[in-house]
Amino acid sequence: MANVTLRNVRKTYLGGFEAIKGVNVDVADGQFCVLVGPSGCGKSTLLRMVAGLETVTGGEIDIGGRVVNQVEPADRDIAMVFQNYALYPHMSVYNNMAYGLRNRGMAEAEIKTRVEEAARVLELTSMLERKPRQLSGGQRQRVAMGRAIVRQPKVFLFDEPLSNLDAKLRIAMRVEIRKLQRRLNTTSIYVTHDQLEAMTLADVLVVMNGGQVEQVGNPLAIYEKPATTFVASFIGAPPMNLMSIRQDEITSQLGDGRASEAGILGIRPEDFVITDQTPVGGIALPLTVEAIERVGAETFIYGARAHDEQRIAANPGELPPGEVIVRIPGTEAPAIGEKIRVAAVQAKLHLFSSDGRTRIEI
Amino acid sequence: MVEEEGFRRYVAHIILWIGIAIVAFPVYIAIIASTQDNALIANGQMSLLPGGHFFEVYYQTIFVGTSGSTREPVGNMMLNSLVMALAIAIGKIAISIISAYAIVYFRFPFRMPIFWIIFITLMLPVEVRIYPTYKIVADLHMLDSYAGLSLPLIASATATLLFRQFFMTVPDELLEASRIDGAGPVRFFWDTLLPLSRTNMAALFVILFILGWNQYLWPLLITTRDDMQTIQVGIRKMITTTDALTEWPIVMATAVLAMLPPVFVVVVMQKLFVRGLVETEK
Repeated sequence: MANVTLRNVRKTYLGGFEAIKGVNVDVADGQFCVLVGPSGCGKSTLLRMVAGLETVTGGEIDIGGRVVNQVEPADRDIAMVFQNYALYPHMSVYNNMAYGLRNRGMAEAEIKTRVEEAARVLELTSMLERKPRQLSGGQRQRVAMGRAIVRQPKVFLFDEPLSNLDAKLRIAMRVEIRKLQRRLNTTSIYVTHDQLEAMTLADVLVVMNGGQVEQVGNPLAIYEKPATTFVASFIGAPPMNLMSIRQDEITSQLGDGRASEAGILGIRPEDFVITDQTPVGGIALPLTVEAIERVGAETFIYGARAHDEQRIAANPGELPPGEVIVRIPGTEAPAIGEKIRVAAVQAKLHLFSSDGRTRIEI
Repeated sequence: MVEEEGFRRYVAHIILWIGIAIVAFPVYIAIIASTQDNALIANGQMSLLPGGHFFEVYYQTIFVGTSGSTREPVGNMMLNSLVMALAIAIGKIAISIISAYAIVYFRFPFRMPIFWIIFITLMLPVEVRIYPTYKIVADLHMLDSYAGLSLPLIASATATLLFRQFFMTVPDELLEASRIDGAGPVRFFWDTLLPLSRTNMAALFVILFILGWNQYLWPLLITTRDDMQTIQVGIRKMITTTDALTEWPIVMATAVLAMLPPVFVVVVMQKLFVRGLVETEK
């Protein structure tokens, strides 16, 4: 059990490329921290730095009160689950899990107890003698988990462990991982590019972009109050609608004060309702329906805003043209080509500065 | 397999049988000749059926040798060849797997120049560097010794390259998982890389053993003593006789005996050999 603290961690490669530009993250004991971001944002590099597989060129990595910058991976008391599982192909499932323990000189009897316990938890008991190639993807994944569990490390590190599984199995394993982590109560850092995985797994969500942390916090807090337009568009599916706004429009609708600094307005697809009313302090948009996606429980409407529409509607708070995604429950939806009007209340509006780097509270 | 019907199938089989006959007939002749009386062969009256001198000829070949003045039992020649071939095959595999490990997994100064130097030696087979090599071996007093026979042939760029290519296909995560599992460089090599290379090593062993067994020029140069002769050199010497009839049954028996170890190695290692060449799963 341990905290993991990253203090101004940097990674600059020999050629001068800065992969990690000063990251500060604090993961409390027993918490599940998810690093999420698009590919190339540095999240895997950061995880591998915590694991000790990449050198740290600046700042400090602290695991359980000990700065581990110069400590070998094996001595950091961590266990890692790799994206491609990295099971030893020539060893049986049992030996795959036992290998790390044997290298530490643990007694065979203790190893047996631990491996069998892990196998029981992961439902691998009947497969202990098999080789990895005789297992399915999901089973290999569980062996990789088992290899991490038997070590009883201070920290679990997961590097996109589910991305090689099919969609159904991924959801099942996601739940498994979360349950397991709760039960073992081991501090975990999990890297993914899938925002749904990130939202469902995380106690602490770290959204990364371009080697920097965009926002850290509780997943729902981040969903409700994204700090930047990047976070706003990355967290949530389909992504938040972001529209540049004209000052006169927004102040007339939202009043003066800080709203006047805003240059970008964001509204989540699920925060729209189809209505002819304009809520007080809210915003209404006339749309021409361009496409409909029905997924059963909900329907996505892709609408276009156009200049003439806007003039006809002539309501205050109307926005410049662009595409807008609206998410409504059920399967009832307007026809393609139909003109509709959608609105969102003030509490559901997100305002950002023109460069998208700052959130503006109304 | 493509199943052919009727006539076409017979044609295919006939062609295959002709091929087999062309390859097998000389071998058959060698075996037959090794059981005949030398006078019959010398007269050109050799029968195509086995003669009655099998035990006699093979006994003489293995334990006594030809009746010439520089005779040497073929049993001893085979031992020399076997020691040389095994030393070359095992030595090459050992040296090249270690050097490939160094080149692929370690970052040290002049890594790439060293790799290129190894690579360039591909262009320098024994025949090309034979004088300097001979000089070195002679200066080290290794003429007429097993070390002299095998050491100069052990350093191998081909095998190093082969292992390098194989190691580069081993996922990096395996190394990383090993590091996290507390395995140092030696442990990783021994516990993971070596078992994974097993089929590659087997395939290489087959090739290198046969290569070593068939060496002719190098043993011819550096062995002067008859008891250090290898079988390939020995056969050649048996054929040229100055003042007597060539003892063809013994020559043929020697040829047959020379064939056996490579055949044995191929038969035993065949499964591993094929797997080593085609296996992709890691």
